[in-house]
Amino acid sequence: MIRLKVNGTPRTVTAPADMPLLWVLRDVLRLTGTKYGCGIGHCGACTVLIDGARANACLTTIGSLDGAEVTTIEGLGTPAAPHPVQAAWIDHQVAQCGYCQSGQIMAAMDLLAQRPDPTDQDIADFMWGNICRCGTYPRIRTAIRDAAARLRAETAE
Amino acid sequence: MSRLGRIARRTFLLGSAAVAGGVAIGYWAWKRPVANPLPATLPEGAHAFTPYVVIDAGGVRVIAPRAEVGQGIASSLAALVAEEMDLDWPTVRIEHGPPSGAYYNGKVAAEGFPFAATDSGMLARGARGLGDAVAKFADLQITGGSTSVADAFDKMRQAGAAARAVLLSAAAEREGVPRSGLRTEAGAVILPDGRRVPYPALAELAAGRDIPLDAEPKAPRDWRLLGRPMQRHDIIAKSTGTARYAIDMDLPDMVFATVRTNPARGGLNGMDADAAAAMPGVLKIVPVDGGAGVIADNSWTAMQAANAIDFSWGPPPFPADSATMWEQVAASFTEDRRDSRLKDEGDLGAALAEGEIVEAEYRVPYLAHAPLEPMTAVARLADGRLDLWTGTQIPVFARDRAADRAGLDAGAVTLHVLPAGGSFGRRLEDDCIAQAVDLAMAMPGRPVKLTWSREEDMARDFPRPMAMARGRGAVSGGRVTGFDLSVAAQSVTASQMGRLGMPVAGPDVTIVAGAWDQPYAMPACRVTGYRVPEMVPVSSWRSVGASMNGFFHESFLDELIHAAGADPLEERLRLIDDPLSRKVLEAVGEMSGWAGPRPADGIGRGVAFTLSFGVPTAEIVEVRNTESGIAIDRVWVAAEVGRIIDPINFENQMQGGVVWGLGHAMNCELTFTEGRPDQNQLNLFEGMRIGQCPEIAVHGLENGDTVRGIGEPPVPPAAPALANAIFAATGQRIRDLPLWNAVDFA
Repeated sequence: MIRLKVNGTPRTVTAPADMPLLWVLRDVLRLTGTKYGCGIGHCGACTVLIDGARANACLTTIGSLDGAEVTTIEGLGTPAAPHPVQAAWIDHQVAQCGYCQSGQIMAAMDLLAQRPDPTDQDIADFMWGNICRCGTYPRIRTAIRDAAARLRAETAE
Repeated sequence: MSRLGRIARRTFLLGSAAVAGGVAIGYWAWKRPVANPLPATLPEGAHAFTPYVVIDAGGVRVIAPRAEVGQGIASSLAALVAEEMDLDWPTVRIEHGPPSGAYYNGKVAAEGFPFAATDSGMLARGARGLGDAVAKFADLQITGGSTSVADAFDKMRQAGAAARAVLLSAAAEREGVPRSGLRTEAGAVILPDGRRVPYPALAELAAGRDIPLDAEPKAPRDWRLLGRPMQRHDIIAKSTGTARYAIDMDLPDMVFATVRTNPARGGLNGMDADAAAAMPGVLKIVPVDGGAGVIADNSWTAMQAANAIDFSWGPPPFPADSATMWEQVAASFTEDRRDSRLKDEGDLGAALAEGEIVEAEYRVPYLAHAPLEPMTAVARLADGRLDLWTGTQIPVFARDRAADRAGLDAGAVTLHVLPAGGSFGRRLEDDCIAQAVDLAMAMPGRPVKLTWSREEDMARDFPRPMAMARGRGAVSGGRVTGFDLSVAAQSVTASQMGRLGMPVAGPDVTIVAGAWDQPYAMPACRVTGYRVPEMVPVSSWRSVGASMNGFFHESFLDELIHAAGADPLEERLRLIDDPLSRKVLEAVGEMSGWAGPRPADGIGRGVAFTLSFGVPTAEIVEVRNTESGIAIDRVWVAAEVGRIIDPINFENQMQGGVVWGLGHAMNCELTFTEGRPDQNQLNLFEGMRIGQCPEIAVHGLENGDTVRGIGEPPVPPAAPALANAIFAATGQRIRDLPLWNAVDFA
């Protein structure tokens, strides 16, 4: 039995210790915003935050998460009240098929926490692990810059 | 027998054999309206106006009957109706709707006819019309060929205009005012005194009226929604993790499954599944074609158990390794394998005799679709009914074949078409759906969610064919004077339509698409297609034949232009003889400042142009030769599409197409060992990463009078423009894809 927080809510999970967080989220907790793309940590579709740092949920076993705080895309904002990063994604209409975008947004969350004003090189380096087969990279870059500005404005208030 | 079956027996009509066969259908029958599938599906209080519009107490629902695979088609199609009905865009509800022949795609079959998009002659126009008839009678509800907007542009605007017309008539009657004094705005009829009557209040009265067949859509100058930036209806859901794909389906009592089948596509000699069956959480192991499915209490357990099955697999039904496959391709440039010679202009012999001869050979590999959402389908067989949830581009086929598989009438099958996490042509197949049906039959009463592993998705893709081209051309007096291109590839059409049970007659235009139909007027030009016997089964991959022929044609033309000592853009402009295409090439030249100062040492620009799916598209790529390899800094792309429905989606699709074309040209290939692809994961089939993505400047032209789709046309020129740019920067001419076998990328 593993106790952890998911999106701020304490959860107790009964699952094999080697079961990846990805499948605990999707099939046990029924939080399907986090996606399966490759299962080997190469596409980034399953990116979540663990204690604030991005991680591939497909490579993180549930057994390693006792006491951890996991944040998924569902933990950021809602359609009615999106998080500023999500709002930037919406306003720049980044998504095409949209399947990778939960992971892109979660990776961007960690990037912006570390680099409130990221350079193009920061974005290139940090977001390297998140594949978008539709090729929305130009809009992801724009949305990250805009999200950074929104978050800085919030902080300044 | 279904109508599909009857048409299938006549064979699917394509190529030169088609025109004669098509006459049998009869013009009168073609013009007869198709029954509206909606009324049978509607609850009390909901009314259908045409197959595209439903009005109920909650407002207006628009049926957008094409697969939403990321291209934004649901919103683009709904906007056609919303414009005509003057709907309030954010409040419009959009649904895919039921599979139905009413939603046939009249443009997709026309792609198979051997007439260039620039050919407006009577025979070409007649053949395209026949394509419409074929599609209608075969219930061809298909998403593909960048045809969705082109097919819907008139149909759905007319549907919206017709719905508006009956609502206006109903309002005039109810209020006792002349119709001429009424107007519409934001989902309501506005009375002369300014009062608003929302459409739902008029729906019941209007529902009894005949839908006019001649309602005139607005003139584009009166558009309020189309042609302007609009918010995609799926954009909030896709930015908040709330979009639901098939892989996200959650139904009461649902079980989770995966399959593992012979990665070399041979048979199954036997398996030992004892260890897998004993794993905690495994519910059932079910034989499927060429392998087994595992049903478990979660997807991970199903995948673990599938990997624990010890399979004994049969050999591949095709040459086992890439070297032997290439031998097969290279051996196909023979008379008996000649498939088409759709272009043969001028005196090639004289051109070759008089000019300096240039010869070159090019190769492109098999390529996987690899949509990021792997193949997924949910099936539930209960009480004699089958429900399916999946993303599919062929809903009528998929439903009918699932019904056959389950031994049910098509009427007992409900197919819920969901948005897909990418497709790029992959969801033109129903293999995963068939497996889901098999698993549901083994677990009656419970929904079964089948999710393929990425390894399964890569191994059992139906890839873009590998292909080879041989070019022989001549230059003289600083000009290109002769161009002879021979292309050898498997037939995508025969392979794909064969799996759908529709045998194909005539040559396969896809073998030479993007090469034979280019609007260059060269003194002598010939394009010949050779058909390689079926090896790995192949399918439509974003831009289909043009994905390889764009590279062949524009690489070879570039070599000729350089041999002639001419400028790559200037010589193309001199040769091009289609006014719309010329403007596209001129546009990228201006955008990039091509005529300005020469780039610095180590920086190179390459240009390429391909007319595909009726869309002339030109791209210029700028690369820099760095210590860590080739960096792609900038791309300029222009395309002529007649009308841009939504400039934001247009830009996104264009950029995405460029990234797709460049990424696969850089580093993607499927090679085979013992019949299995060596690349079974995304780390071995990466495409472009964000750090490699150039700035991409997009320009849309609207000079033509035909509306075109933009999902595919940006792809074909990307690879040759990149290879041409690398040549300009380094002097290295790369003739085989992927390019990273010859150069590093930064």
